[in-house]
Amino acid sequence: MNLSIAVLAALDGVSYAALVFLVSVGLSLIFGVMRIVNVAHGSLYAYGAYAAATIGIAVAPISPWLTYPGLLLAAIGIGVVIGGLLERFLLRLVYGKDEALQLLITFAVFMILDNLQRLIWGVQPIFAAVPLQLLPNITVLGVGYTSYQTLLLPGVAILTLVGLRYFLRHTLSGAVILAVTEDREAATAVGIDPQRVFLTTFILGAILSALGGALASPTTSLLPGIGTDMIVLSFAVAATAGLGQIEGAAVAAVMIGLARAFAIYTYPEFEVLMPYLIMVLVLLLRPQGLFGAARVRRI
Amino acid sequence: MARRLPLLLVAGLVGLAAVVLLPLLSHSLVTLLSLVLAKGIVVLGIIVLLQAGQVSFGHAMFFAAGAYAVAFYGRYVGTGDILLYLVFGAVSGGVLGLVVGLFVVRYREIFFGMLNLAFSMVLWSLLEKMFHYTNGADGIRVARPTIAGMSFTPEGFSYVLLYLSFAIALAALFAVQRYLDSPLGHMLRAIKSNETRLEYLGVSARRVLLAGYVISAVLGGIGGSLVAAIQQIATPEFAYWTKSGEFVFIAILGGAGHALGAFAGAAVFEFVRFYASAQLADAWQMILGGVLIAIILLAPAGLIGFIGRRDRAARSG
Repeated sequence: MNLSIAVLAALDGVSYAALVFLVSVGLSLIFGVMRIVNVAHGSLYAYGAYAAATIGIAVAPISPWLTYPGLLLAAIGIGVVIGGLLERFLLRLVYGKDEALQLLITFAVFMILDNLQRLIWGVQPIFAAVPLQLLPNITVLGVGYTSYQTLLLPGVAILTLVGLRYFLRHTLSGAVILAVTEDREAATAVGIDPQRVFLTTFILGAILSALGGALASPTTSLLPGIGTDMIVLSFAVAATAGLGQIEGAAVAAVMIGLARAFAIYTYPEFEVLMPYLIMVLVLLLRPQGLFGAARVRRI
Repeated sequence: MARRLPLLLVAGLVGLAAVVLLPLLSHSLVTLLSLVLAKGIVVLGIIVLLQAGQVSFGHAMFFAAGAYAVAFYGRYVGTGDILLYLVFGAVSGGVLGLVVGLFVVRYREIFFGMLNLAFSMVLWSLLEKMFHYTNGADGIRVARPTIAGMSFTPEGFSYVLLYLSFAIALAALFAVQRYLDSPLGHMLRAIKSNETRLEYLGVSARRVLLAGYVISAVLGGIGGSLVAAIQQIATPEFAYWTKSGEFVFIAILGGAGHALGAFAGAAVFEFVRFYASAQLADAWQMILGGVLIAIILLAPAGLIGFIGRRDRAARSG
C-alpha cells in the first residue's frame, strides 16, 4: 500500500466517519435518556437524505447555493415532524412496558417508514450531487479530493460534538436532560417534566440522524435500503463506544470508518465485515463498550 | 401437563385439519402452509429465549446456518435427502449456537441482544462477500431433494414436504413444551424472574441459559433447512437483521407465553403477507407494521393470549 492510497483511504474513512457519527450520536443520546433502542433511527437517516435531495432538485434551478440551506431544512423538518409525531403519539404509549415491546414497536415503525419511503420516492436511484460539486476539490498530500467530504462533513461533525457537549454541560435544558438520565424520580420530584425531556431528546436525536442523511445525500446515490444498512452500522458504532457515550461515539466512528476504508483498499471482501467484527470484539472484551462505565450488578 | 394437554391436542387437530383441507382450496396454499410451519419452528426458538426474558436480535444467523448447510451440501456434494438435510440443519444450528452461545450467555438484556445482532451481521457480511463460495447476494439454488430416498414430481414434493413439516413442527412443539415443563425449563424461566436467587440455589444461570440457547439455535437450524428446501434457495438475506426482527415480531404477534404462539403468529404473519402482497403489492409491509403496533398496544400477550384468557375464564366460571 503506497502513500497516496493510504491518504485516499484515510480521507474516505474520515468523511464516512463524520456521517456515521451524526447518526450514531443521535441513537446513543436517545438510548442514554430514554433507554429505548430506536430501530427506526435508520429510516430518519433515509428520510433526511431523500428530503434533502427533493429540496435540492427543486431549488437548484433558482440558485445552486440554495441547496445548502436545503440540507439543513430537510434535516430539521424531518427530525421535528417524524421524530415529534413518533414520540408524542406512539412511544409515549409504551414507556414502562417490556423492553422487548419497546424495541419491537420501533421495529414496526421502521417497517412502515421503509414501505412509505418506497411509495414516496420509488426504487430508482436518485442523484443530488449539486452541493458536492459546488465546492472546489482540494489536494491533500498529492491526492485530490472534494472539499465537501474532507472539510465540510468532518467540520459539521466536530461542530455537532462540541455543540452537544456545550448544550448538555452548560445550558439549563441540557442540565435537565442529564438530570432525567441520572435519576428520573429525583428529577420529577424537583419539578422537571420527564415527558417534555423525552420529547426534546427524541426530536434532537431524530434531527441528528436526518442531518447525517441530508449531508450524505450528495455523496451517494439514494436507494431503498440505505436506512436499513445505516441503522445497524450506527448501532455498531454506538455499542462499540458504549450506549449513551457522546464523545466515545466520535472515537468509535473514526475507528470504524477508518477500518472500513482501509479494508476497501486492501481486502475489499472485508469492507462490510469490519464494523461488525470490531463490534463483536469490543463487546466480548468490554460489553459496556469502550467508554461506557461498567454497571454494577444489583442484587 | 394435564392442563396443557387439551390445548395442545386441539391445536394439533386444528393444524392437521388445516394441513389436509386448506390445500384442497388452492394449490398455492401448500407452499404457504409449509412456510408457516417452518418459520413457526424457528420462532419456537425465540419463544424459548423469551422465557428467560432475553430477546435475540440475531437469531436469523441460525436460520441462515441451516439453510446454507443444505445449500453447500447441494453445491459441493450433490442432491441429498431431506432427512439428511434436516440433520445438517439441526447440527449446524446447534454447533453455531454452542460456539456463539458460550460468549453471549454471559450477557443480559440489551447487551445480549446487541451481541447476537453483531454475530449475525458478521455471518451476513461473510455470506454476502465470500462470493467465490456463496454466490454473494444472489444466493445458492437448492435442488429438490429426495424424501426418504424417493424422488417426487414438483407437485408431489410440495405435498410431502408439507406433511413432513407438519410432523416436525408437532414434534418440536411437543419437545419444547416438555423442555419448558422440565426442571431445566423452570430454571430458564427463573432467569427472567430472579436470576440472583437462581444462583443462590447453586445453579449456574449461564449453563441454564446456554442449554436454552442451543435448543433455540437447533430449532433455528431445522427451520432454516426446511425453508431452503421449500423455497429452493438460500440467500444472505436469511441472516440479515430484518429477518431476525421478523422472527421476534412473529413471536410477539403470536404470544410469547405459550409455545403454540409461534405457529399462531407465523400463520397470521404469512397469510397477511401473502394476501396483502397479492392485493396491495406496494403496501404489505406497512400493513404488517400496523398489525404489530396494534398487537403491542392492545394485546401484548399476543394472539395466544386471547385463547388463554378464555380458557381461564371458562375454568373459573
